[in-house]
Amino acid sequence: MKTRREKIAGGVANFVDERTGAAKWVKKNLQKVFPDHWSFMLGEIALYSFIILLLSGTFLTFWFVPSQEELIYNGSYTPLNGVKMSAAYESTLHISFDVRGGLLMRQVHHWAALLFLAAMVAHLLRVFFTGAFRKPREINWILGVALLTLGIVEGFLGYSLPDDLLSGTGIRIAQAIIQALPVIGTYLAFFAFGGEFPGELFIPRIYTVHVLLIPGIILALITVHLMLVWYQKHTQYPGPGRTEKNVVGYPLLPVYMAKAGGFFFIVFGVTVLLGAFAQINPIWIFGPYTPTQISAGSQPDWYMGWLDGLVRMSPPLETHAFGYTISWNILLPGLILPGIIFTGMALYPFIEAWATGDKREHHLLDRPRNAPTRTAIGAMSLTFMVVALINGGNDLIATHFSLSINQIMWGTRISIILLPPLAYIITKRVCLSLQRYDRELVLHGRETGRLVMLPHGEYIEVHEPISPEKAYLLTQHEQRTPLEAPGADANGVAPRGGIKSKVRSRLSKALLGEQIAKPTAEDVKAIESGHH
Amino acid sequence: MDRALRLDLLGEVIIMALFKWISGKRRHRAMAPGMLVVALFLIGGIYSIAATPDNATASNARSALIEEGKNIFMRGCSSCHGLNAEGSGIAPSLIGVGAASVDFQVATGRMPMADMSQQAMRKKPVYSPEEIAALAAYVASLAPGPAIPTAEQLNYERDGNVAEGGELFRTNCAMCHNAAAQGGALTAGKYAPTLMGVEPVHIYEAMITGPQAMPVFGDQAITPEEKLSIIKWIKSVESEGSYGGASLGKVGPVTEGLLGWVLGLGSLIGIAVWLATKAR
Repeated sequence: MKTRREKIAGGVANFVDERTGAAKWVKKNLQKVFPDHWSFMLGEIALYSFIILLLSGTFLTFWFVPSQEELIYNGSYTPLNGVKMSAAYESTLHISFDVRGGLLMRQVHHWAALLFLAAMVAHLLRVFFTGAFRKPREINWILGVALLTLGIVEGFLGYSLPDDLLSGTGIRIAQAIIQALPVIGTYLAFFAFGGEFPGELFIPRIYTVHVLLIPGIILALITVHLMLVWYQKHTQYPGPGRTEKNVVGYPLLPVYMAKAGGFFFIVFGVTVLLGAFAQINPIWIFGPYTPTQISAGSQPDWYMGWLDGLVRMSPPLETHAFGYTISWNILLPGLILPGIIFTGMALYPFIEAWATGDKREHHLLDRPRNAPTRTAIGAMSLTFMVVALINGGNDLIATHFSLSINQIMWGTRISIILLPPLAYIITKRVCLSLQRYDRELVLHGRETGRLVMLPHGEYIEVHEPISPEKAYLLTQHEQRTPLEAPGADANGVAPRGGIKSKVRSRLSKALLGEQIAKPTAEDVKAIESGHH
Repeated sequence: MDRALRLDLLGEVIIMALFKWISGKRRHRAMAPGMLVVALFLIGGIYSIAATPDNATASNARSALIEEGKNIFMRGCSSCHGLNAEGSGIAPSLIGVGAASVDFQVATGRMPMADMSQQAMRKKPVYSPEEIAALAAYVASLAPGPAIPTAEQLNYERDGNVAEGGELFRTNCAMCHNAAAQGGALTAGKYAPTLMGVEPVHIYEAMITGPQAMPVFGDQAITPEEKLSIIKWIKSVESEGSYGGASLGKVGPVTEGLLGWVLGLGSLIGIAVWLATKAR
């Protein structure tokens, strides 16, 4: 006997199914299995932050006036009464002090933006260090790089919209970076600003881009990103019973749906807590933007901080050619280096696949230690970015730790060249040590710390064999040999494309060459029959 | 021959002529009572000058204060600034810096310096207000310089305008002291200090004397009323509530980014780890 409620639910489901044929699809997909690991939820944090951004951003558009029309403030925040400002800044003050819940929403929006970018970076690091970008997921990796880039631009435009002293300074620097482009820079800057800086067009323009264009593209890319995850199925960490052909985990309904849905509200909750208790971007303190004013300690949000840090440490280099000035001091840190970094990042999956000659699909993740060179490259890049980011806050570090800003600048100039290679070497060594440790664990078991004196007086430490599951985990990875460059043939004729294949074999050797041989079944047997 | 010397000579000639005239008439019968009257006038006059209560004690007290200031200076300052405040290789001359400069430097604890670092920093003052007044009087007595503004001159609540002060601050001060007056870094370890918790009189004195790396903002550049507006704005920033939660040091995106990563993403990752833990 069905209850009344079941009858209604069944009726609705039937109605929908008869018209859309959804039942089969839904049944199949709701049973889709997802592997469970905390690091698989980093991308979720980014997704949920983006949803929060859409919701809080929509709220803000109800009151924000994207105009640089000048007016005189006469509102609730008395210290600015009678001050000339743009309508954009005035409306932001209005949202902050007169709209019910406006300040909370502004702060939630800004915190969610910081979290969105931070979660994307954390997600990117997880994907990189576990090798999740390998075939068939290269397209998703590129989509991720595109999302990160768009996120940075979107965040910067949002930071620029209130037209306060801090954001205007940021726009000024952006304009300087545009102008640094040789030949076309000046024209491009005039095109973007509709004339001289600051003009009256820029805020309305970036408003359209910020609330319509980029969010639309981000939303579309996220959709494709998730559809690809769905279609290609999620990667999983190696372990007993997990293969390249299956996915071990929980079904979407009810387990994962509940977890993911709950996690959305947790992310929302944490963001609202931050918005409620931690002040962010207090634009009323900075004052309205005018090009004649500037504040000490002007900083961009953290995701642009590395770029600012690179510009701050850049040496004063300029070339004068054909009546043009090429400002390397801006061009190099502001455009060339970021270009190299993001292009290199996007191309990395292809470079690695080419160098290792690996054309197979991979659904099992790498443990970072088992790909020492890749892990080392990641650590090197991360070190580079962190040093740049630190220099982005050099003035605050100087005042708060009683240091000289010049020394910090020179320290980071030297560090950004010295530390990344050092991080590479150290990380690679640490990975190899961990591999040795794994081998030791498999062959000799776990140290128990128990010392036993044998009858003849010898002391030994008792080792406990590790579980078969653990032993499987530590030995399941494959160890490939590097590609060899084809040598000269029998007649002494060098093969075609010699340099290309040499580069490839060098890269291949770097990526695959150095490994600690994992223990084989014979090794284990030999040990077990022996003395220990 | 310059004018002063000519007047001196003229005076001498007249006095000599007067003495000669008196000497010639000394046997005149009106001479004795005449001299008596002159003598009485002289005595009375000297008495009246010596006995004028206000002037004399004030001037005495003033010289006593200067004397005390000089003593303090000799003990505490002269090893660097020189026995006559003429300065040395390691410290500037104080002749003509005025009482305002002394009051700013000593009452904010910057002088005496703790060490010869990049910049004298604000700390607990070493001297009492009385001693500082004496020092200021001594240095002011060496040569004229900016005086300490009086309470009447410092009535910023009455004479200042907050919004105007904010505009002036952002135009003239924020590039070193930060838009929220939280201070900022200058070159090679020098810095513009935070203006939170600084006495209005010291803010005013800093503007008129330009201590350390700071330029002088004379009354032509920023009028006294505008200075009071700036002080009023700084005080309003100081007393303003932290709208929207903890202010994170009012230094902008650096601490915000740090909090976002550590507390925001940190706590979310913690929760993710908890969510992914297998139920046992």
